[in-house]
Amino acid sequence: MSERENILGRIREALTLSADVPGHKQNNLLQVVSEEEAAPHIHEWLPAVGETIEDGLALFAKNSAELKTDFRLVDSLEDLNAQITEMASGWKKIATHSGELTDAVGDKLGLPVCSTDEGYEASDLESCDVGITQCDCLVAQTGSVLVTARSAGGRALSVLPPHHIVLAQRSQLLPDLPAAFALLEERYASNYPSFISLITGPSRTGDIERILVLGAHGPKQLTVFCL
Amino acid sequence: MTTPVHQFHTDANRAAQDLQQRAQIQSALSSYETACEARKSAFRDWESARQTAAEIKWDAVNHLDQHLREFADKLESRGTQVHWASNEQQARDIILEIIRSNNAHSIIKSKVMTGEEIHINEALEKAAFDVVESDLGEFIVQLRREAPYHFVFPAMHLKRGEISELFNRELGTALTEDPEELTMIARRVLRDKYITADVGISGANFAIAETGMISITENEGNARLTCALPKVHIALLGIEKVLPRLRDLALFLPMLATAGAGQALTCYNSLYGGPRQPDECDGPEEFHVVLLDNNRTQLLADKQQRDALHCIRCGACLNVCPIYRSIGGHTYGTTYQGPIGSVITPHLRGLQDWKHLSSASSLCGACTQVCPVKIDLHHHLLHNRRNAVIDKPVWREKLQFAIFRSVMNRPKLYRFCVRIGRLMQPLHRLVDGTRLDPARGWTQTRKLPRIAPQTFKDFWRNRK
Repeated sequence: MSERENILGRIREALTLSADVPGHKQNNLLQVVSEEEAAPHIHEWLPAVGETIEDGLALFAKNSAELKTDFRLVDSLEDLNAQITEMASGWKKIATHSGELTDAVGDKLGLPVCSTDEGYEASDLESCDVGITQCDCLVAQTGSVLVTARSAGGRALSVLPPHHIVLAQRSQLLPDLPAAFALLEERYASNYPSFISLITGPSRTGDIERILVLGAHGPKQLTVFCL
Repeated sequence: MTTPVHQFHTDANRAAQDLQQRAQIQSALSSYETACEARKSAFRDWESARQTAAEIKWDAVNHLDQHLREFADKLESRGTQVHWASNEQQARDIILEIIRSNNAHSIIKSKVMTGEEIHINEALEKAAFDVVESDLGEFIVQLRREAPYHFVFPAMHLKRGEISELFNRELGTALTEDPEELTMIARRVLRDKYITADVGISGANFAIAETGMISITENEGNARLTCALPKVHIALLGIEKVLPRLRDLALFLPMLATAGAGQALTCYNSLYGGPRQPDECDGPEEFHVVLLDNNRTQLLADKQQRDALHCIRCGACLNVCPIYRSIGGHTYGTTYQGPIGSVITPHLRGLQDWKHLSSASSLCGACTQVCPVKIDLHHHLLHNRRNAVIDKPVWREKLQFAIFRSVMNRPKLYRFCVRIGRLMQPLHRLVDGTRLDPARGWTQTRKLPRIAPQTFKDFWRNRK
């Protein structure tokens, strides 16, 4: 018999005795709130998010400030390009992937580009000053950016270079985490990307005397542009 | 050979007297506590969130066979190789075999507590592979050749000066008191390793049955690099990590961050559902998931303590535990420290060898109160004590209780004993605290209370 069957067999045997449901010991109700009943309520328990898109943007901005994410609302592509050009003063090489927004920015800088579209050398990507990507959505509740292997140029582009720039649109802002997971299901359920990540602020560590240091292994800087 | 209980007593004694270390742990944990409370109060209803999290984990663990089968089938359908290991040895053999068959030499690891459990680093080093921990805290304790002090904050016991000296000695870097510079040293050293490593080994915080994905929570980005660059990715996880649905993460990720580190959300929460897919530009060629039992099914068979498998390893119970705060993480001598470690280690590694951990408790219940998935931790410590006695009665204790029972059941004998005790107590001063003292276990560090001059019964009888 395979080890899989051995383990599953031991599990089935162990589960012949049923265990109490947590929180239901005293009254012996044994009536669990089923997941279907609980799911619509989860967002009611999580931290509050306002109703309107302005509330959402304000919350995303507030969370970004706490997380030390550089969050910038821009009015037009020209404005976006002007701000990125200003940032680019010390850059020697950029990394990006093809996409509606990334294409509108990447070519204009006139810098050597490492594109991850058709694969890349890790050392080449590592030598870039910045990784510019798109995303699936922004989450106001936590100030997070949701990326996948498909939306953001693979697994490493958004984590290997020391600066990660996200280009997003206002319509991509979602209120909370349940909405973000619903979006994933809706968009990818038939064929999920092999990598999905919720990025919440620049890389950080508190491993030395619990003192916050940014840029532990991932990007030291995270900039989110919202058109 | 010293037994675990002997080692525990010696180390606890030493650690409890190390006031400097205790002060450092207290101050680190009190800042955690403030952050954690603030995050909890940002939840509109933390208690309902806890209850639902507990129920979702109950469902996951009480239908574990169905969820695991779904998890493994989904992963395999997208090109992942799923391996099943009943014990430590099998898990080590599986991992070594994967590494050898890929002709790999250098291995980069992100934090994996199940790896500590199966002593994978020792096995890899013995087989002459080059293995490096990439989580900053784990990197530090690996250089010191010691175990993690805390399963969430592995190097919390060290001061920056000690880390600076360690880096100076082991890596030849200049001394510095700046935590940022120290972090950058590790960043520089490890950057090369990510790029040159042949194999990345990670753990997992959750296993999503519905979609066949593992979820990894981290702040540093080291796990993301470990799972992105090497051509082989091996994830090692316990079979209890399952969550039924992808959307359950909308609840579990913020709860893990809040309870674990006082964050709203940990910096990177990443899902991996396979090796590089045909339409993707990077990622490993091979993805292996190793599912470890290692006596978890034995804990599963104990219906009373089964909920200990709900644990999401946030570490909240360690952080609030007065015992952990006093004796520190290394004293436990276990992979998982603190209350949850004391509860599960007897199941994972033998009740008689590890029962003493369940007695190192004030039973204050702080652990149960903070647990985000409502594990009845402090009652499980009592269950372990009871099970240990049923399993192997201690004759000295049995005799003591027999005497106690017979005295308490005979009022005349009881009154006689009290009177004798009162007469004899002044003589106790002669042996107080010495080796001859019958109450030495108590009197070494405390005063024995005096027997009252008259009993309540006497008082009642004599009242005017």
